[in-house]
Amino acid sequence: MIDSLVQAGKLLFSGDREVYYITLTSLKFSLSSVTIAALFSLPLGFVLGFRKFRARKLVIAVLNTLMALPTVVVGLLVYSFLSRSGPLGGLGWLFRPQAVIVGQTILCFPIIASMVYSALSKIDLRLPETLITLGASQRQVFWMTLREARVAIISALLAGFGRVIGEVGVSMMLGGNIRWYTRTITTAIALETSKGEFELGLALGVILLVLAFLVNLTLHGMVRYER
Amino acid sequence: MKKAIGIALTLCLVTVLLSAESGRLRLATTTSTENSGLLAELIPPFEDRTGLKVDVIAVGTGKALALGENGDVDLVLVHARASEDAFVAAGHGVNRRDVMHNDFIVLGPSRDPAGVRDMGSAAEALKTIADHRVSFVSRGDDSGTHKKEKSLWIQAGLSPNGKWYKEVGQAMGAVITMSDDMQAYTLADRGTYLSMKSKIALQVMVEGDPELFNPYGVIAVNPAKHPHVNYDGAMRFIAWITSPEGQNMIGAFQTEGQVLFYPDALK
Repeated sequence: MIDSLVQAGKLLFSGDREVYYITLTSLKFSLSSVTIAALFSLPLGFVLGFRKFRARKLVIAVLNTLMALPTVVVGLLVYSFLSRSGPLGGLGWLFRPQAVIVGQTILCFPIIASMVYSALSKIDLRLPETLITLGASQRQVFWMTLREARVAIISALLAGFGRVIGEVGVSMMLGGNIRWYTRTITTAIALETSKGEFELGLALGVILLVLAFLVNLTLHGMVRYER
Repeated sequence: MKKAIGIALTLCLVTVLLSAESGRLRLATTTSTENSGLLAELIPPFEDRTGLKVDVIAVGTGKALALGENGDVDLVLVHARASEDAFVAAGHGVNRRDVMHNDFIVLGPSRDPAGVRDMGSAAEALKTIADHRVSFVSRGDDSGTHKKEKSLWIQAGLSPNGKWYKEVGQAMGAVITMSDDMQAYTLADRGTYLSMKSKIALQVMVEGDPELFNPYGVIAVNPAKHPHVNYDGAMRFIAWITSPEGQNMIGAFQTEGQVLFYPDALK
């Protein structure tokens, strides 16, 4: 255990190009997928939080169920679509970063949407009403409410980030763990473990935690900064 | 601050979405060639010469052939002769060439509870292990090694089942580690065993049986079936790996002073 901590430190500070590349790839994939997922899940969370419609409860139940989706199932599903023998095979995305990002976006979308929805449902309903009486447009109401709920929304985004930065099923099946291309921290850990290099695997795990910590710190720091 | 992060995220997305599509060659291969470090040695000179980037997808032989069949890779480098021939016969692949060989070995704990050490026949050794109901770990993943193990059981005239027979569905390295922990027997390729030898206590029980010969072949995915494949690149890779230079590199490749693969293409 101690050995792997020491090794993690060595890996981080020895300037090993491959470790940096893998870390950067992990970060690139997760940030991209969280960003894309946010584009869809923020509006959905907003609609669920403020609009009452018949299928609302059903959508929420479905979202919460999807949070339990196993990563390998998402991997398999996206694989069958993106394979050359599948309906979207023509895109040629399989074993490329695009495929991993598609899979990870699907993974973190339900978490973000559902957390945004529950954050917004706690906001005083009089806020949007007041804003509307004050003559705010739909869009202004949307942004003002998001601003009001920004801490909760950051938490939602970070939960989504946590889901994808630590997953291995999608990255492995759709990215193929290709060296200098789609190898991420988690697929590298799986590879080192299968080779019996447990210490190196653990060291990479430590790096992943440090990375997640830094991302969390940055985002939360940002919110406080603007207050 | 916000703007900087926004810009960083946009850059992130753009670089990922626009990442180079052309000039890549996708090779599905077995974990043994990748984990041993052989491909890391063979590929860079090929990339330098051709300007192609080789994407190595390391999976079991069964899955590698399935990826080829679906047209998801441009060529395969695998080790299961019967399945390879079936792959070519079904029109999924063309231009199969022998590349190299090594051999399989039966590993077991040093106290050898089943008493199979130095048996001449692997099938007989497996039968003895089954008779004694001593733990045996099977890949169980349709890899080349698993295919070989299944054919050995058929030769031994029995279908293994029971608590002693553990199908774990994992890669070779993980199976060796598990066997070591469980003091169990297992069938392994020599390359992976040698690369892990210093970390485990398992010993070689059976070796040298002609049945344990383990040949590797390279096959291009049939462009008539999958017009999008990089057939030209695949043929250039086949030419490289079977060239005198590529073959010399394979023969000279060593881990901890041991030769892992013997070139076969030029005889």
